[in-house]
Amino acid sequence: MNTNRILTMAQAISEAMAQEMTRNPDVFVMGEDIGSYGGIFGATGGLLDKFGKDRVMDTPISETAFIGAATGAAAAGLRPIVELMFVDFFGVCMDQIYNHLAKNTYMSGGHVKLPVVLTTAIGGGYSDAAQHSQCLYATFAHMPGLKIVVPSNAYDAKGLMIQAIRDDNPVMFMYHKGIMGLPWMSYLTGSSNAVPEDIYTIEFGQAKVMKEGRDLTIVSISQMAQKALLAANELAEQGIHAEVIDLRTLVPMDTESVLKSVRKTGRLLIADEDYLGFGLTGEISALIAENLDSVHLKAPIKRMAVPNVPIPYSRPLEQFVIPQVQNLVTAARALMGGRVMSKAAA
Amino acid sequence: MQIGKEKLLWMFEKMHEIRIYEETMAAAYMEGKLPPEIQKGLAFDIGGGPVPGEMHLAAGQEPVAVGVCAHLNDDDTVVGTHRPHHFAIAKGVPLDRMTAEMFGKVTGLGKGKGGHMHLFDNAHKFSCSGIVGASMPIACGAALAAKKMGKNWVSVAFFGEGAANQGSFHESMNLAAMWKLPVIFVCEDNQWAISVPKSKATSVEWVTDRAVGYGMPGIRVEDNDALKVFDAVAPAIARARHGEGPSLIEIKTDRYFGHFQGDPETYRPKDEVTRLRLNDPIPGLAKLLHDQNYMTDAQETQLVKKARDAVSHAFDFARMSAYPAATDALQDVFVTSPLTYRISA
Repeated sequence: MNTNRILTMAQAISEAMAQEMTRNPDVFVMGEDIGSYGGIFGATGGLLDKFGKDRVMDTPISETAFIGAATGAAAAGLRPIVELMFVDFFGVCMDQIYNHLAKNTYMSGGHVKLPVVLTTAIGGGYSDAAQHSQCLYATFAHMPGLKIVVPSNAYDAKGLMIQAIRDDNPVMFMYHKGIMGLPWMSYLTGSSNAVPEDIYTIEFGQAKVMKEGRDLTIVSISQMAQKALLAANELAEQGIHAEVIDLRTLVPMDTESVLKSVRKTGRLLIADEDYLGFGLTGEISALIAENLDSVHLKAPIKRMAVPNVPIPYSRPLEQFVIPQVQNLVTAARALMGGRVMSKAAA
Repeated sequence: MQIGKEKLLWMFEKMHEIRIYEETMAAAYMEGKLPPEIQKGLAFDIGGGPVPGEMHLAAGQEPVAVGVCAHLNDDDTVVGTHRPHHFAIAKGVPLDRMTAEMFGKVTGLGKGKGGHMHLFDNAHKFSCSGIVGASMPIACGAALAAKKMGKNWVSVAFFGEGAANQGSFHESMNLAAMWKLPVIFVCEDNQWAISVPKSKATSVEWVTDRAVGYGMPGIRVEDNDALKVFDAVAPAIARARHGEGPSLIEIKTDRYFGHFQGDPETYRPKDEVTRLRLNDPIPGLAKLLHDQNYMTDAQETQLVKKARDAVSHAFDFARMSAYPAATDALQDVFVTSPLTYRISA
């Protein structure tokens, strides 16, 4: 068996779906353009040919109906994978997602099982403007009842997708367009990597240390984790050794790995492509603040994210609001020179 | 035929302007998106070149825009779709600022913040959205405002046949009918919702079959013909202006380009567009104008040149304009102009 196959993230995701669909007839896929088109971002490529139109169902542009139908079908015993083409389109169907898919298990006292995987494309960087470029994972993570998976590379994507399909709870599986390895959009090539043909799972709530380092910790997720790795490589050439942590899932979140790393380095940069306010960067900062009895910070925490404006269209504007590799390098260098207030000064 | 010579000539000129605009944009869009200028291994880079991002062009769909907008005044509202250029041009949105927006320039309608799916021109009461089905509620609001303000303005919601399966369609139709809003709902049926044909997504053959369920007239236009659109829409406009409520129009039209530029279009037969182009609505209108002795060959040449010059000027303007400063990204989340709130006497 070829264990050194390099797959794109899109290929890894569709392979995971295909393997589980082969093993379990209850698994099926619904969404817009997921059939003959193979998904606008390739996540369902080849599935129609393998499994036919009864299990790979193109839907009308009716998200409320088909995402709600996923909830209903799951409650009745099936395991739907359902695609929301862009996460930005959540506005037309949010009631079904957060008032039903996310809450029915709880409101039923745990009697209703909803094994739904809701896949969706996230992220910007290619001038698709404010209605097609958001990440929004923090919006969904904020509301109880959804597990949130946001992979940064093909290997993780496959294992996490199989885990998601097998989970008896609703899982949002959010893939960044700029790491899918599409032939029509530039991407960070670190996201394509070796993916075993075997079936494997990756447990939720286990962050991955992408690179070890002693000087500072960079916590990130999704495409931004790939940017963080590039920044860390550049920093290493300058003698600064950053430890890069890819959270991989937001719900559940591996807080222990973050704390362990920051206890070691004493400096934390949180890099995110979602909005700055009320989001991932604030959540991680709060985690550190709540654990200052066991974490010694050498410098104040630094947060990098989209500065609370919608994603603009024009390239210079968009590149300005979305943190870039060079911004991370600059922020990390500044962090190395930062100091916390001393007792004497206080 | 109730339409006069002037309006017919206007439609002819605008259809040319739209067609030339879309073809010019198709070419400009491809700049910087092909090897070897892009990341190695890619066939195309959607984020490259002077006009990055998605691009949905409306060549072939000109009759819908000009046939409807020929009825409208400056005070009437148009809300378009993610494929908005033909509507914008027919409504009178200035070509130069619209083009500058797509080039991401500071002189653009939205100072580069919106891009091609998000064009806003208050002066011409035009807007559009990248979200399928979003035009209908917003057009209802413009109509509600007209009604409350005692004006005989109408508003038009354009949407694709795919949007007729969105919840916003149902809610807007019912609301507009209940409140007798002066809205004209115009379904632009180009048969394709990205890769999904209407026959695989819509429960009825005609979206207008649903009109009866909302208690409003449903009017079909079976040909991609500007004059037929104009005639079919006339009673709906009159009904709205006279306070009698909304109408639903459905127009069969043709999409010559892909859903977006770069779309491999593996889902539709290779010769479909060739066949569709045999029924190009522009030569048809030219023939009618000649047959009626409304237009000489020299006038035709002159009108086409005028359209070509307008487009050419707009692209020059866009290319020569400056990009916004990066930090401009932080402006305009909220308006900061003096408050317009007034206490009425």
